[in-house]
Amino acid sequence: MSESSVNSGRRNFLLGATAVVGAGGVAGLAVPFVGSWSPSARALAAGAPIKVDISRLEPGEILGPIPAWRDKPVFVFRRSETMLAQLDERPERLADPASERQQQPSYAKNSTRSIRPDIAVLIGLCTHLSCSPKYRPAIEPQEFDPEWAGGFYCPCHGSKFDLAGRVYQGVPAPSNLEVPPHYYESDNVVVIGEDEGVA
Amino acid sequence: MSAIEQSFKNVMAWIDDRLPVTEAYEKHLSKYYAPKNLNIWYYFGIFSFLVLANQLLTGIWLTMSYVPTGEEAFASVEYIMRDVEYGWMLRYMHSTGASAFFVVVYLHMFRGLLYGSYQKPRELIWILGMLIYIALMAEGFFGYLLPWGNMSFWGAQVIVSLASAIPLVGEDLAIWVRGDFNMSGVTLNRFFALHVVLVPLFLLVLVVLHVLALHEVGSNNPDGVDIKKTTDDTGKPLDGMPFHPYFTIGKLPGIIIFLFLFCAVMFFYPDGGGYLIEHPNYEPADPLKTPELIAPVWYYTPFYSMLRAATFPLFGLDAKFWGLVVMAGAIILPIVLPWLDKSPVKSIRYKGMGSKVMLGLFVIAFFILGYLGTVHPTPLRTLMAQICTGIYFAYFLLMPWYTAVEKTKPVPDRVTM
Repeated sequence: MSESSVNSGRRNFLLGATAVVGAGGVAGLAVPFVGSWSPSARALAAGAPIKVDISRLEPGEILGPIPAWRDKPVFVFRRSETMLAQLDERPERLADPASERQQQPSYAKNSTRSIRPDIAVLIGLCTHLSCSPKYRPAIEPQEFDPEWAGGFYCPCHGSKFDLAGRVYQGVPAPSNLEVPPHYYESDNVVVIGEDEGVA
Repeated sequence: MSAIEQSFKNVMAWIDDRLPVTEAYEKHLSKYYAPKNLNIWYYFGIFSFLVLANQLLTGIWLTMSYVPTGEEAFASVEYIMRDVEYGWMLRYMHSTGASAFFVVVYLHMFRGLLYGSYQKPRELIWILGMLIYIALMAEGFFGYLLPWGNMSFWGAQVIVSLASAIPLVGEDLAIWVRGDFNMSGVTLNRFFALHVVLVPLFLLVLVVLHVLALHEVGSNNPDGVDIKKTTDDTGKPLDGMPFHPYFTIGKLPGIIIFLFLFCAVMFFYPDGGGYLIEHPNYEPADPLKTPELIAPVWYYTPFYSMLRAATFPLFGLDAKFWGLVVMAGAIILPIVLPWLDKSPVKSIRYKGMGSKVMLGLFVIAFFILGYLGTVHPTPLRTLMAQICTGIYFAYFLLMPWYTAVEKTKPVPDRVTM
């Protein structure tokens, strides 16, 4: 083989093959670094279901201190007859009154977005940018809404939700508050974090 | 020549044979010619170096007493403030430095807009500068979580949740970034690593590249005249002076005034009335309680306003997604500025009415957006934010048009004083 002749076809093939193998190696090496950012086994274990006692919850009241599931606040509150009665009065103000979006388990896809009509269980984080909305149950004019019919108001960006956690139209939040998987262990104890019959 | 001078020369000669120290010193300092008509706007690059040094030094010292865990972070900051010798001063130097960094960088960038410092041949300097600015925003964001106050927590919560606005993968992406189902000590710990190691490394590399690119083509000036076109017999620009000692020493009084102002804030108004250190941050992080008003620190508020200004869905995608697009677009768009400006002249001094009016409107809109980001949204304020967002984008997107049609003034051959 003479010094001057270069087989450029073979050279380009070898360069290309080396680059491809090298890129494969980089991709493989990235796996542990990327994977290490996923929730750890400890974080996953800490996300286990919680049990909440609702025996002392009066109509109109929200359970406090706010329980936390997976470090997220959970709103558990009991709706009074008046509150329930006006839930369906003004569906035109809501973005998704029939809960078409998958923001709840199938057993909570109803007009009250709950298993029991009186008790509501909601993840207390705004579907906009995850601030925690404020509970404003009173059916009376508010600074942010003169026709307020009770619900949740997010102080961060002004999103509004009704007493079933359904989002109003024309606010930044795109969807209804999330209903976590839950079931009633007894009349007074609700398990939040899994569906009935899973465990 | 004394014996000491002789031995110094010998040592330098020995080093220069192995590492071009003298050559680099001459290229970047003693024989780097900067235009002699540089005005007050040209202080802010040097100031940002000063603040960068302050942040690095105080930051390293703070890590010596700070504990990056969910349980201890808040208490360790209190420990720094109350028990560590001079801890309060180091922390205030760092927190005031963060705001000062953005003050000088915003003014430095405005200077670029004013005198067309991004135009050919300085496109790469501008792009590298924009990357520095974005890295700086990331650095400030990660750092703001570390005190683990309630505003730290919820501010970071809001920004990380932005990821969830991306269709399909968003929710998983947000969990991946947090390393948990919600913000937690895990998130804090990794943000600490990013804040003290990864982003500063990027920043330093970018700063070096920014300066190397600048020294390759030379500094612009308020007239936008190329000083290299008029040189003396030896090839030195007639309108330039060596950076050292003329600009290093010459800028010392300015540096001293800057440090006076810096110290005034640091010693007397370290929390800047709630704008530099927000009041809810004196409460530890509480994942179950959002502060009444979430406002980012002042340097992010213009972009935060734009995020909130998107209130209606479009093309079947949520308003939340468009908010993210508008905000990210507003931050990224200026990168292509060098190719948007079609003007034959650089400096605002010789540009036409269109450029002047648009730059003025742009600055006003930016200030209004900045204010709106600190207060509760109302329908009127949201409308104002939408108008100002429009002006912000119009400044850039209409630039190819208004810089091409306007009548410019003739540029002199030499700089004016």
